[in-house]
Amino acid sequence: MLNALDTAEYLDHVTVRDARKNFHGNILVYVHWEDHLSFCAAIAFPLPPTLSFGALVSDVIAPAYAAHPDAARIDWSKVEWQIDGVRMVPDLSLSLEANGLGHKSLLRFKTPGLHGWKGSAN
Amino acid sequence: MTPKKLGLKQRYALMTRGLDWETTYQPMDKVFPYDRFEGIKIKDWSAWEDPFRLTMDAYWKFQGEKERKLYAVLDAFAQNNGQTGISDARYTNVLKLFLTGVSPLEYQAHRGFAFAGRHLRGVGPRVAAQMQSLDELRHVQTQIHTISHYNKYFDGLSEFRHMHDRVWYLSVPKSFFDDARTAGPFEYMIAIGFAFEYVLTNLLFVPFMSGAAYNGDMSTVTFGFSAQSDESRHMTLGIEVIKFLLEQDADNLPIVQRWVDKWFWRGHRVLGLVAMMMDYMLPKKVMSWKEAWEIYFTEAGGSLFTDLARYGLKVPKYADVATADAEHISHQNWATFYQYTHAAAFHTWMPDRAHMDWLSEKYPNTFDKYYRPRFEMWAEMEKQGQRFYNNSLPQLCQVCQIPMVYTEPGDPTKIAFRCSQVEGETYHFCSDGCKDIFDAEPQKYVQAWMPVQQIFQGNCGGASIPDVLAWYRLNAGADNMDYVGSPDEKLWNDWHAAAARAAG
Repeated sequence: MLNALDTAEYLDHVTVRDARKNFHGNILVYVHWEDHLSFCAAIAFPLPPTLSFGALVSDVIAPAYAAHPDAARIDWSKVEWQIDGVRMVPDLSLSLEANGLGHKSLLRFKTPGLHGWKGSAN
Repeated sequence: MTPKKLGLKQRYALMTRGLDWETTYQPMDKVFPYDRFEGIKIKDWSAWEDPFRLTMDAYWKFQGEKERKLYAVLDAFAQNNGQTGISDARYTNVLKLFLTGVSPLEYQAHRGFAFAGRHLRGVGPRVAAQMQSLDELRHVQTQIHTISHYNKYFDGLSEFRHMHDRVWYLSVPKSFFDDARTAGPFEYMIAIGFAFEYVLTNLLFVPFMSGAAYNGDMSTVTFGFSAQSDESRHMTLGIEVIKFLLEQDADNLPIVQRWVDKWFWRGHRVLGLVAMMMDYMLPKKVMSWKEAWEIYFTEAGGSLFTDLARYGLKVPKYADVATADAEHISHQNWATFYQYTHAAAFHTWMPDRAHMDWLSEKYPNTFDKYYRPRFEMWAEMEKQGQRFYNNSLPQLCQVCQIPMVYTEPGDPTKIAFRCSQVEGETYHFCSDGCKDIFDAEPQKYVQAWMPVQQIFQGNCGGASIPDVLAWYRLNAGADNMDYVGSPDEKLWNDWHAAAARAAG
């Protein structure tokens, strides 16, 4: 194997392009509303890790999904949350970080009784 | 006395063989530094059989003749105002997608084959790769010339080259080719020469060219004819590459199999754009994506892999998943562009009732159950003046770079989420196919330029949507948004009103 392709040398030049330090103090958080695929994918948000979970719900998540006919009927106290594959009950007064959200975490939520347009998961 | 004319075969041998030498000032491994590190073993380069014996002088002559015919048709099309005879102005959005997403790949292919040609030490494949490199350069030029006529009238075409490097969804085809071109020369030949040009090319080329024919775009059809003989040469090169590598050494098989798996899956993801074009964007439909997949992959690919089984090569991993996906991807992709129409450099529209009925007929297992309700909900919202937009940015797959819109195999109501951890960082994928590709070479994909992350890092002109669109050179209000209400629609209606007046 030639020097130019030596693995160690290659690895020296690898930069993790989306490292947390590149987001100006924010962390990247993905949010997905189950059974509402008219929002085609999970949504990406750059957020301060000190933001409270309560503010995440009221100021970030609720406005992002407001266009859906089901949105106005969400009872946020009944919502079931999952962070990176693990069910959890968030403490609304604590920060994202204290609730277990890290850089590029995936936060999925289910809204009991609301399953999209005419129950079609859309 | 006139010298005896050489036979074709003899002439070909003299013009393509014995032109190089064993270097002595520098070791051959330094002259050809890239053809060993991938692990491919070649015992005998001379065993390469040129699949298509074409000398350079004959090549220029054939291509020159084709060019003359093509440009004669393009001139006639322009002089007869051919743009007014297409099926509907919606059709031009197919050309916008093609010019921004596909034509720059022809240029990438030109560069890639030039590189592979330079770095393969056997003369046979080197000559073949160099000739394909020239074909690809000709293709990008003739595509630009053909479509430039539409640029005189329609929006969304003028900044195609700039957009290809910047616009979020164009990172899908761009990163596909960047991945191939940053691989070694053998992987490139398998990725583009075999997986793309042989296994999947008919799914790209035939739909665009027959779509053009069905919709009255004779200029693009003529370009297609002009490229057709090149494409068949590329296909024979693709099959020769794979047979040559598999015949040379049994150790090559697992390496080649991994590349075939990888590039089949990557190609399948990119072709989702073609799926959407066929099912949603052509005003006059050719066939459904599902039908095309059955003909060109399931049947043609099936017999190809039966033939290659004697070398031990298997059908690409996840081919069954890709076949099941053919029921879904066009709908999922069009729904994505519909909700991000403000950030797309082509127009979108809501399928009307007749169009939805065609989709129900072509997709009896999925359309009515999963996708018709989505469009009906949005149509209802449009009627109430609440046209649905997604004003947030989507999560992207780290490998294919497509928004993570694809659903679990077997459950179209659940988004498929996959992830891997590397050195404390999380990476997300849309599928097992993309996750496998990442896990085999994480150092490569952790460097990916992800459009959404780049916007959040402040590298795309600013934080607001207008800032980013300006950085894309997307002319907001003309290039983007729905077809209905667009300057393109107004122009088309004006032409037809004028034609109706002239006809009395």
